[in-house]
Amino acid sequence: MNELDQSTVGVRGINSTLQTLPANTNEKHWVVKNPKGQHNIAVGLSAPLQVEINGHVGFYCGGMNQHSEITIHGHAGVGTAENMMSGLVWVKGNSSESAGATGNGGLLVIDGDASSRCGISMKGIDIVVGGSVGHMSAFMGQRGNLVVCGDAGDALGDSIYEARLYVKGKVASLGADCIEKEMRAEHLADLERLLKAAGRKEKPTDFKRYGSARKLYNFSVDHADAY
Amino acid sequence: MCGIVGLYLKNPKLKRNLGKMFKPMLIEMTNRGPDSAGVAIYRNPTKKSETKFSLAHNDASYDWKKIDVGLEKALKCDCTVKQIGNHCILVTTGKEAAVVKWLKQNHPEVRVVGSGHTIEIFKETGLPANVYDKFDLDNAQGTHIIGHTRMATESAVTTAGSHPFATGADLCLVHNGSLSNHNRLRETLRKEGMEFQTENDTEVAAAYMTHKLRTGSTLKEALESGLKDLDGFFTFLVGTAEGFAVVRDPIACKHAVMAETDDWVAMATEYRAIAHLPGADEAKIWEPEPAKIYTWGHA
Repeated sequence: MNELDQSTVGVRGINSTLQTLPANTNEKHWVVKNPKGQHNIAVGLSAPLQVEINGHVGFYCGGMNQHSEITIHGHAGVGTAENMMSGLVWVKGNSSESAGATGNGGLLVIDGDASSRCGISMKGIDIVVGGSVGHMSAFMGQRGNLVVCGDAGDALGDSIYEARLYVKGKVASLGADCIEKEMRAEHLADLERLLKAAGRKEKPTDFKRYGSARKLYNFSVDHADAY
Repeated sequence: MCGIVGLYLKNPKLKRNLGKMFKPMLIEMTNRGPDSAGVAIYRNPTKKSETKFSLAHNDASYDWKKIDVGLEKALKCDCTVKQIGNHCILVTTGKEAAVVKWLKQNHPEVRVVGSGHTIEIFKETGLPANVYDKFDLDNAQGTHIIGHTRMATESAVTTAGSHPFATGADLCLVHNGSLSNHNRLRETLRKEGMEFQTENDTEVAAAYMTHKLRTGSTLKEALESGLKDLDGFFTFLVGTAEGFAVVRDPIACKHAVMAETDDWVAMATEYRAIAHLPGADEAKIWEPEPAKIYTWGHA
């Protein structure tokens, strides 16, 4: 196990070390100490590492991640795992707004609550939130799954494309063109896989599924005047 | 940009360290606001019969004694003055309105930046670290303090345009964001008799709150109507005699994070400001919800 202390090497010291490790490195397990809420910790990683961050982080932690498994033992700031490509980012505390924004792939797990705009413009990432999400979550979500074990705030899935949303608790309101949809066997299987991966005990059958009514993003001749 | 920070001490044993605990919080927000900085600190409550004013003058060598002597003579009241940087803390038995009127008529170059029984406001252009030193805030003791680091967007970099802005007795406001309807609202408030020192958007929000409070609203009601009437981006931190309140615009455009331990409650634009506090690693941390009013210490 290797250790990086943010208070001595700084964010650049952490990132330049982790970003330059080759894919076949033997130094796979890293611990980051004293993150002190600094931004951009462990961004742009591309080797299959296990990175443990002991403390609260600032903005964009784990952004653009590929292949790494990053665990944040604390609170995560704005834009955690934004634009993640693959791998895993696991937040043991709560998360601020825009978690998993524009993510292309991989799994983001937030044990606590995520704030507003969770999964905004998601493009294939899977997000599992143990608590609740704030308003405008999955706004313009294109692909991937957002699983919320608590409640969802206002305008869930506003202007959504093909992302799939699963919520166990209450939804304050649905956004434009977002509707409740039938939960079929394939969805239950998907949900079971995601809940398991996130270490959750919830039952898939307790969730409701939401997604696009596909009226907003398809050209409709009846709406020609509106274009 | 701009950074806002607030610290409320639940554990009275920490009161003597307030200034030292708060300093790294404010300084951490320097790169969000290097233009100017300000704080409102709640300490040394006066007697009920007295009012405490925070006064400012552009010249740090200004002779505050003449305010002391002049006021005592004109209003037949007791006064004490204490110069701190280019500010002065005036404690007087004179009636608040009469003091303000006398200052305006006789010393228009002196700005009233705050008033009440416990509040003291200090603000100045320059780096937060320099501002902090200028007002000897390192040694400040008290129950709570709020601060602001400013990156000016809506109006000029001046001391008068720095935050906090007073909104009434022992009340003040710091703001991260920008308001889009402040020009029209300023005109409306002028017609209601409110006066303005700057072209600053936050001063309009402060005057709006002051006007609401003067016309009978509670702080909570004033903030609730502010959510309807103020258009733009904002996270407000409102300091009161008892504590502070936090409110964000309904879209929650501007960052905000809160943290709480058994010893303190802290609010900041970014968590890294809070990271300096003892016990922050173990604190409960969360993001305040939009359009919801949070208060601490009976704010």
